[in-house]
Amino acid sequence: MRSNPKALTGLLLLGVFVVLAVAGPWLAPFDPSQRSSDLLLPPSSAHWFGTTHLGQDIFSQVLVGTRSVVFVGAVAGVVATVLSVLVGVTSGYLSGSAGEGLSALSNVFLVIPALPLIIIITSSLPQTSNLTIALTIGLTSWAWNARVLRAQTLSLRRRDYVEAARATGESTWRIIVFEILPNLTAVIASGFVGTVLFAVVSEITLAFIGVSDAGGWNWGTVLYWAQSQQALAQGAWWWFVPAGLAIAVLGTALSLVNFGIDEYVNPRLRGRTSARGVRMRVGFTPVLSEEAS
Amino acid sequence: MSFLLKRFAFYLVTAWAAVTINFLVPRLIPGDPVQALITKQRGQMTTEAVRSLYVLFGLDKNESLAEQYVHYLGQLLRGDLGLSFTFFPSPVADVIGTGLPWTVGLVGITTVIGFAIGTAAGTVAGWRRGSWADALIPITTFLSSIPYFWLGLVAIALLTGPASFFPAGGAYETGLVPGWDWEFVGSVLRHSLLPAVTILISSVSGWILSMRNMMVTVSSEDYVTVAHAKGLSERRVMVAYAARNALLPNVSGFALALGFIVGGTLLVEIVFSYPGLGLQLFQAVGAKDYPLMQGIFLIITLSVLLANLLADVAYLALDPRTRREG
Repeated sequence: MRSNPKALTGLLLLGVFVVLAVAGPWLAPFDPSQRSSDLLLPPSSAHWFGTTHLGQDIFSQVLVGTRSVVFVGAVAGVVATVLSVLVGVTSGYLSGSAGEGLSALSNVFLVIPALPLIIIITSSLPQTSNLTIALTIGLTSWAWNARVLRAQTLSLRRRDYVEAARATGESTWRIIVFEILPNLTAVIASGFVGTVLFAVVSEITLAFIGVSDAGGWNWGTVLYWAQSQQALAQGAWWWFVPAGLAIAVLGTALSLVNFGIDEYVNPRLRGRTSARGVRMRVGFTPVLSEEAS
Repeated sequence: MSFLLKRFAFYLVTAWAAVTINFLVPRLIPGDPVQALITKQRGQMTTEAVRSLYVLFGLDKNESLAEQYVHYLGQLLRGDLGLSFTFFPSPVADVIGTGLPWTVGLVGITTVIGFAIGTAAGTVAGWRRGSWADALIPITTFLSSIPYFWLGLVAIALLTGPASFFPAGGAYETGLVPGWDWEFVGSVLRHSLLPAVTILISSVSGWILSMRNMMVTVSSEDYVTVAHAKGLSERRVMVAYAARNALLPNVSGFALALGFIVGGTLLVEIVFSYPGLGLQLFQAVGAKDYPLMQGIFLIITLSVLLANLLADVAYLALDPRTRREG
């Protein structure tokens, strides 16, 4: 992992976002909701990202909004991952109708379009907060990982070492927790990262259409105001560019971490490290001395 | 044939699950949304509309949950999705009917084109691993991390304007009468170009990545080595041997990605004021128009299920193993 530049870059970027999530409200130069007479100004040294139609400082809004984004991503990721491990591993390990039933359940959730479902649930709730949004996203987006985990568990279940553990009389839960789960770590981790990405984009999308934590800020709320105040028609590019770039950078960081995990698990996907200077003829495995990578 | 039957049964179950979610969600929420809405409409509603609302929301206290459910299913089977508040007094079914063709056209065409381009690019990127084609990966990663709607916002800011070829919103020139003449069709194409390109750019990278990874996995299989050893041309091995097999997971992945793409498309419609289901959903959320929201959710789910069924038929045609009896 340590020699994987992609994963390292991703983790570093993620670290920056987490720090901003914790320290954002203190670092912000202005109160994000505070109005002033500097209406719709382009970026300057006083307002790094410019101001809104009410004179609010966009830099502060983006900084303060980081906390909500990171919070929802983390909570939804944890909820969905726990559910997917429960459903996926159980349905993979249990044979018969119980396993099939759980598998069918995750397939149903997989096919129903997630975003409209999240929209109807969150907008029906009497009040929306970051927590309810995170829980709704977490409870509806576990199915993909459950499916991957089930497939992986099915293939692990018949391995010799699991059979051996069963033959020595280990209990079912011990086999699952100590024999099977450790071999699923990479799959679970990559599923978690993927879910966090999905949760972040969903939360921002929800905020963009007007479903968000009352009174709170996140990147989607910034975009919501930019859209509803016709920022584009007024040429106020600074209003929506920073929030969008923040989403894209966070998303790229998460994807990079996931690539790192993928390459860790499947060495074939590692790029040029083993093929330096050799145009690999696909189909024949070149015999190269293993470089210390 | 049993493969298709099984899938069909599964989609029926899923459709039932979606209907049931729709039934349960408003019933689990405390309070009386209908009363609030009736006051908002200031008595403009007919008693029939109010009763239909109470059935939709399950606030008819004289009925048990099971009776409500039967009632609800009955309403749905008659195509009665309730009355919309934003477009009062139009029935939800009529409102959705005006938006659906735009969304289906936009999503359908861009998804098929995106899948074709992405699969082709992924094939080449996977085959030429370790060459310049690898540069595609970080670029596509970055593009796929951008939310669809934000890309749309940027496109509007950069490319539209009073003197621009691209209109900033709508589906056709105001003042034109919809019909099959050149002026109207041309106007529709011009208006849908930017939204379509936005969706394409965002969705194509997913296909590229998954196809590339499958190509990398497949290209070290024995049958590819054999094809090389037989002296077949590079191109033939790539297309007819490696890509032919790498395609299968991508086709079954198609079904799963569709729900995600549809979600993104709804947002693109909002940004471009494209008069499809996405824009209607946006208006419905803003106005707390629950019947319209639920109707749109149901229709979207059913459309996605139908598209999945089509993808299954394609899979059936591509993979002979699924056609084997038993």
